[in-house]
Amino acid sequence: MSRETAKYPGLNLSSAHGKDHEAAESLMFGFWVFLMSDAILFGMVFATYVTSVHATAGGPEPYQLYDIKSIFVETLVLLASSFTFGMASLALKYKHSTPRLIGWLAATLILGIAFLCFELHDFSTMFAKGGVPSRSGFLSAFFDLVPLHGLHVTGGCLWLICLVGQIARYGLDTKTKLGIMRLALFWHFLDIVWIAIFSVVYLAGLT
Amino acid sequence: MSLPYVLAHPLGRLSLESLPFLQMLQDPSGANVINGIIATGAASMVAIGAIVTFALITRYRKWGVLWSDWLTSPDHKKIGIMYVVLAFVMLARALIEALLMRTQQAFGLGGGFLSPDHFAQLFSTHGTIMIFFMAMPFLTGVINYVMPLQIGARDVAFPVLNSISLGLTAAGAALVMISLCIGTFSTGGWFGYPPYTEATFSPGVGPDYWIWSLSLASLGSTFTGINFAVTIYKMRAPGMTFMRMPLFTWTALCTSILMIFAMPPLTVATAQLALDRYLGFHYFTNALGGNMMHFANLFWLFGHPEVYILILPAFGVYSEVVSTFSGKVLFGYRALVVATMAIAILSFTVWVHHFFTMGQSANINAVFGIASMLIGIPTGVKIYDWMWTMFRGRIRFTVPMIYSIGFMLLFVLGGMSGILLADPGVDYQVHNSVFLVAHFHNVAVPGVLFGMIAAYHFWFPKAFGFRLNERWGKISALCWIVGFMLAFFPLYGLGLMGMPRRTVAYSEPAYVPLEMVALLGAVLIIVALTALVVQLWVSIRQRDTNRVFAGDPWDGRSLEWSISAPPPEYNFAMIPRVTDRDAFTVAKENRSAYQRLETYEDIEMPKNSAMGPFIAAIGFFLAFGLVWHIWWMVILSFLATVAAMIARGFARNTTRVVSASDVRKEHHRWIDAVSVATAISRADERTPANGGLAQHETEGVVP
Amino acid sequence: MSEQPNVAVDGADPVQEERREFRSYVWGAGMALLLTVVPFALLHWARLPRSPMVIVISVFALVQILIHFRYFLHISFAHKREDLQLILFSALLLTIMVAGTIWIMASLALRMAMPAS
Repeated sequence: MSRETAKYPGLNLSSAHGKDHEAAESLMFGFWVFLMSDAILFGMVFATYVTSVHATAGGPEPYQLYDIKSIFVETLVLLASSFTFGMASLALKYKHSTPRLIGWLAATLILGIAFLCFELHDFSTMFAKGGVPSRSGFLSAFFDLVPLHGLHVTGGCLWLICLVGQIARYGLDTKTKLGIMRLALFWHFLDIVWIAIFSVVYLAGLT
Repeated sequence: MSLPYVLAHPLGRLSLESLPFLQMLQDPSGANVINGIIATGAASMVAIGAIVTFALITRYRKWGVLWSDWLTSPDHKKIGIMYVVLAFVMLARALIEALLMRTQQAFGLGGGFLSPDHFAQLFSTHGTIMIFFMAMPFLTGVINYVMPLQIGARDVAFPVLNSISLGLTAAGAALVMISLCIGTFSTGGWFGYPPYTEATFSPGVGPDYWIWSLSLASLGSTFTGINFAVTIYKMRAPGMTFMRMPLFTWTALCTSILMIFAMPPLTVATAQLALDRYLGFHYFTNALGGNMMHFANLFWLFGHPEVYILILPAFGVYSEVVSTFSGKVLFGYRALVVATMAIAILSFTVWVHHFFTMGQSANINAVFGIASMLIGIPTGVKIYDWMWTMFRGRIRFTVPMIYSIGFMLLFVLGGMSGILLADPGVDYQVHNSVFLVAHFHNVAVPGVLFGMIAAYHFWFPKAFGFRLNERWGKISALCWIVGFMLAFFPLYGLGLMGMPRRTVAYSEPAYVPLEMVALLGAVLIIVALTALVVQLWVSIRQRDTNRVFAGDPWDGRSLEWSISAPPPEYNFAMIPRVTDRDAFTVAKENRSAYQRLETYEDIEMPKNSAMGPFIAAIGFFLAFGLVWHIWWMVILSFLATVAAMIARGFARNTTRVVSASDVRKEHHRWIDAVSVATAISRADERTPANGGLAQHETEGVVP
Repeated sequence: MSEQPNVAVDGADPVQEERREFRSYVWGAGMALLLTVVPFALLHWARLPRSPMVIVISVFALVQILIHFRYFLHISFAHKREDLQLILFSALLLTIMVAGTIWIMASLALRMAMPAS
């Protein structure tokens, strides 16, 4: 099957979307560039974590604090949310009904919030065991990396809510569409960062 | 930190004791009085400067114009000019600080008049301002103005984001300025190493001022980098392939890529330091598993690419200036492009040379030392290419050309001292001596600063429609060149004699003669700055005789010279079609320049937006609240930021249309002016006869 | 702005296209699920020694990241040059910066180890 060159990262709108497909190119590329700088940011925080993991200063160690079951659930939830956002992207591209698009977005939001609830529960359990960021270099590094990801997810959820608001107010005009497409990139990017987190922090930490 | 506490302390830790003269009043010893007077003097200058500016704007009823034509404008040209204005203001402050430091060190044998604390604040603000609030805004402003014109675009990719970037940078600068009046600045130098800057050793507001002003500025720069990169990738005129872009645009592209990738490590480093200071984390503390080397590593992962962010635009400026004022096509275009890209990539592989002495193995030092030496090669290629461009050209000694020649002679010395320092064995001997200070000033001043001042002179006529006064320009250039040499060459000697950097006083009498020479140089630099101010004053008074509305005063080669001076808001009545490098020279040669068009079209331009100034204001308050622990201010500012972003997301009607008839009127007004202008030869370009139309001369030039 | 109804795009039937892209998401999610479950299962049930386990985790993570790039972000070689160059450049810099940091900090940890506080 022949496919023309994709104009920008993420799911490309087809030419059925007229000018929106053209307008998307600069904006999507710009957002992609921003995500690359965010990737470097996360990379540096990862590097700090990896080089601090032994700096426990007599405080709690990773194996005493990490709850692998919870992490597994969070991983599945976030992966599911990536899938539901993919469905939302398809609904957008193939011009399915607006309620259907909002339905997929709502599903993504619920999964995202569920992820955050699990994560906050994890943190409070860690605090209860003395795993507070001010206890050691290792814990400081942990609490830079994982909550940074969580803050990004929170931002994504807020952005999602605003986009639903924009759909309600303006319908699926160009700016709203481009907003959804950028949020899609953001959301998938965060799932990729999570893969690195559960691998480097939790799985490797508990090996 | 409970609610009762917050309510009882509405101004956080701000109190009367934060005012600069208070220590002097409480404990009037000799040292305190002198330092108190200097500090109060500085604070007064800021306060008076602000009051006078406000008063003048009110007096001439310019608030409306300021708001609607400048502060809310998404026009890259206006934003560029505002960046450069900010840079000049901060340059003045940082140069005065430099003079104070030089004076102190000239009389520093066994004491001097400045307290160590004051001296430490001076070198910290001097460095922070020069890098983040002078050089970065200057180059950002120049690229902002020139690059879209050179690629045949109407604006940058994200105009309102551009305005926000300016706002963030200005907010950071305002924070540094207000630290003169309220509280003190960091004494930790411009790179703020912990654990000295941790709460244990620096509990005051100084490092917090440093952290938050840098955070604001670096956020602005990251957005700028994204903006410029997308613009160059996606908005070039039809036919302008990458290999047909002017060299300045190439360096702008590589600079923006560096900005995008180099700022994140700084963000991480400063955020982690803030977490240590505010919430008791242990990233860099001495105790409980912190490691100060994390900071040094992160900071210089940013810091080294940062200095290439500073120099690459200057290299781009020199390429344009040298080819224009030699009347020759730039020699070795391809080599220059490859060299620029090589410098950009290599700049991420050398950062350890900033901390060779910190304990990592000799193998690591060797690898990074070799990489640091390698990076000298593409720079050398550029110098040769510029020299070959000048060779057998018809050189005109205009002010930008004088700066360029000064650069070529002086920067090479600075680069060579850099190659010396790249050898870890040598670096161990002179690390943190004033030899190092001499090196980086030797590359920063003749490199970055001369480049920026040359850019200012080169493109000023394009931006404002009249030329700057040549005589005062030459006086300034001469004072800069001689002043720089006198101020910094002695430091090479002093460094080799063992004088450490950042020392307020010393006990070695042999230093004094060299310090005196350096002081003379500093004074001469202040004279140079004054000459620049006088030049601007004189030029404005003489502007009517020096108008160059036709737009091409120097027989320029690239597209920015193909439109009026100043250009219309939408830059080009019709986006040009490019077929070759040096697009405007080609157009002049086949007589396709200065055409009336057959049809004119409506042009869609972005509307003004209050986002820029709004983000600047709340950014400032957010940062100020963080510095002084005024938590309600922090929370409200943060919520306002989120609200502004959400509101902007809901904005829909964000463009307006310039009608085809307006475009036609403006274009014809310009073409009519061009047809009555006399084409002047290059010999006459610095006379009032220059109306901005150049004879294109090829006689006597070897291509 | 004019919005055409869902006419034939890229010379292909939109229903077919949608089905294809839907299957791509399902396939990607399925692969990702597998690549997630296996390392977790290995950690929970198999008692592998440290080095092999770390390698397995890294490989699975890397492959899953590539799956996400391909099936969720739709990055393929049929992309504009600048998109691919950007990814390559980012990956290169990330590698240099992270690997460099680890190399330097490890060397410092070895040579400059402080007595336990």
